[in-house]
Amino acid sequence: MAHQINVFAQNQPGRLERLTEVLRDENINIRAITIAGADDYGVIKLLVDDPQKAQAALNEEGFSTFMKEVIAVVMDDRPGGLHDICRSLGEKGVNVEDAYGFVVKDRNTAILVVEVEKIPEAEGFIHDSGFEIMSDEELYSL
Amino acid sequence: MEFLTREEIEALQLERLREVLELCTRSPFYGKWFRDAAFDPSTVRSLEDIRRLPCMDKNTLRGEDPTAFLTVPEEDVVRMHSSSGTTGQATVIFHTAKDIEAWTELGARCMYMIGVRRRDVFQNMMGYGLFTGGLGFHYAAERLGAMVIPAGSGNSRRQIQIMRQFGTTVVHIIPSYALVLLEVFEEMGLNPRDDTRLRIAFIGAEPHTEGLRRRIEEYYGVDAFNSYGLSEMSGPGVAFECPAKEGMHVWEDSFLLEVLDPHTLEPVGEGEEGELVFTSLHREGMPLLRYRTRDLSSVLPGVCGCGRVHRRISRIKGRTDDMFIVKGVNIFPMQVEKVLLGVLGVGSNYQIVLDTMGVRDEMRVMVEVSGELWHGEVRELNRLRKSIVDELRQEILVTPLVELVEPGALPKGEGKAVRVVDKRDHARGG
Repeated sequence: MAHQINVFAQNQPGRLERLTEVLRDENINIRAITIAGADDYGVIKLLVDDPQKAQAALNEEGFSTFMKEVIAVVMDDRPGGLHDICRSLGEKGVNVEDAYGFVVKDRNTAILVVEVEKIPEAEGFIHDSGFEIMSDEELYSL
Repeated sequence: MEFLTREEIEALQLERLREVLELCTRSPFYGKWFRDAAFDPSTVRSLEDIRRLPCMDKNTLRGEDPTAFLTVPEEDVVRMHSSSGTTGQATVIFHTAKDIEAWTELGARCMYMIGVRRRDVFQNMMGYGLFTGGLGFHYAAERLGAMVIPAGSGNSRRQIQIMRQFGTTVVHIIPSYALVLLEVFEEMGLNPRDDTRLRIAFIGAEPHTEGLRRRIEEYYGVDAFNSYGLSEMSGPGVAFECPAKEGMHVWEDSFLLEVLDPHTLEPVGEGEEGELVFTSLHREGMPLLRYRTRDLSSVLPGVCGCGRVHRRISRIKGRTDDMFIVKGVNIFPMQVEKVLLGVLGVGSNYQIVLDTMGVRDEMRVMVEVSGELWHGEVRELNRLRKSIVDELRQEILVTPLVELVEPGALPKGEGKAVRVVDKRDHARGG
């Protein structure tokens, strides 16, 4: 499984700027970013090349963070790729709490990041359906 | 003095009351105060006779040159202190050498009662200077022979370094600052339970809940004792908890306590809540008679298990001037704090902001979300906010807006925390 950093942030101008500044200063590369918003606050989800270092730096700057386990699945970058994964999870009754994807250009592949409740079990299903799951190392060294 | 019987205390109180009233006739202010009330000190036969005098309050002090209260020549004054001025213009209290001595003795009595001894190292994290929280217990601890570290307030990392370097065993700390300091321990990768030798904390200078005391005890691994005092009654040392931790004993050999209904100024019954009103029985330079503290509390019924018959007051519920009114409902910041502790399970920095929205009052409660409060999900935060709103509505009968804010977004008090900001039109004098 891979690790994603969830950061609590108030919905205010300049917050994202401050967060990305901290990561830049620590020389941390962001693989993917997504924001789940309520109204006046939200949770910024970050996939980075060094989660431990990134979390420590954000905590030091007073951000409220949580390290979350996620599954990063390799998809073919073609029509229907996402559907295949969703079908295999759906058939097994795995509820996807949140998901986002990004494309790795030079590899001609896409990565789907999924948040589910029972990680080891879901990983098994995905694996059995013939999909490749990225390890931390593979993901961070993209 | 600690273990007098009830009869002995009351006999001593009457004797000292007569002395102090006699002393007051020498001050220009009290000369007029007595004449205006047609009060003759020589006719006092019982403690109840004090009720023939009107009460004083901060405004009485502010309305006069402070020297007008002096019963001694000005050259006998060795020190002045002034109130923290949290609620307006500061008030001044003058002390003679004898007054400082009596105050020191009272402080030492408080500290000895809960087990502070010669071998202890006492780190006093209260502001020194005009504020009485610092110097009062400083001299009291020296009197006991403990080593005093006059650390003062603020500079959290250094406080922790000092604590570890000198093996601090006892601290005197403002409760909201104790929470702030916990975060700094965490940042430094330290745990006060394992990484310090702390065993006792005195917490005072601002009202706080029982829940907050328990948190402090749990996280610091200490016994925490409530302390009560006010600069007008010299400072800390007016009342203090004994090891039973069931209310604070008012040192009645030095203070005559009345608990009055704040509106009618009639005494309330035992166990009933009212405003604490004190007469200093043992201060010569600037005695105060029937001084209204604006602090709300009640006298606990029954006798304490510790054997001391000095009456006990419950923890301070709030000050009559901390109370605010929203949509016609009286609310104390302490009620909000109690709810937050209950819902969050940990102490969290918070602030109440009152504002006018159109023609209506709006109450916003801003709560800092620390890392230990959540597991990374938005819906968790939504749930948290909803339970805070629901629980607050139950407690204060008003539905507030609750804002979750990032750690550090609210001003961090190193002195008394500012819990209520009133931006409403009438608060601006409009």
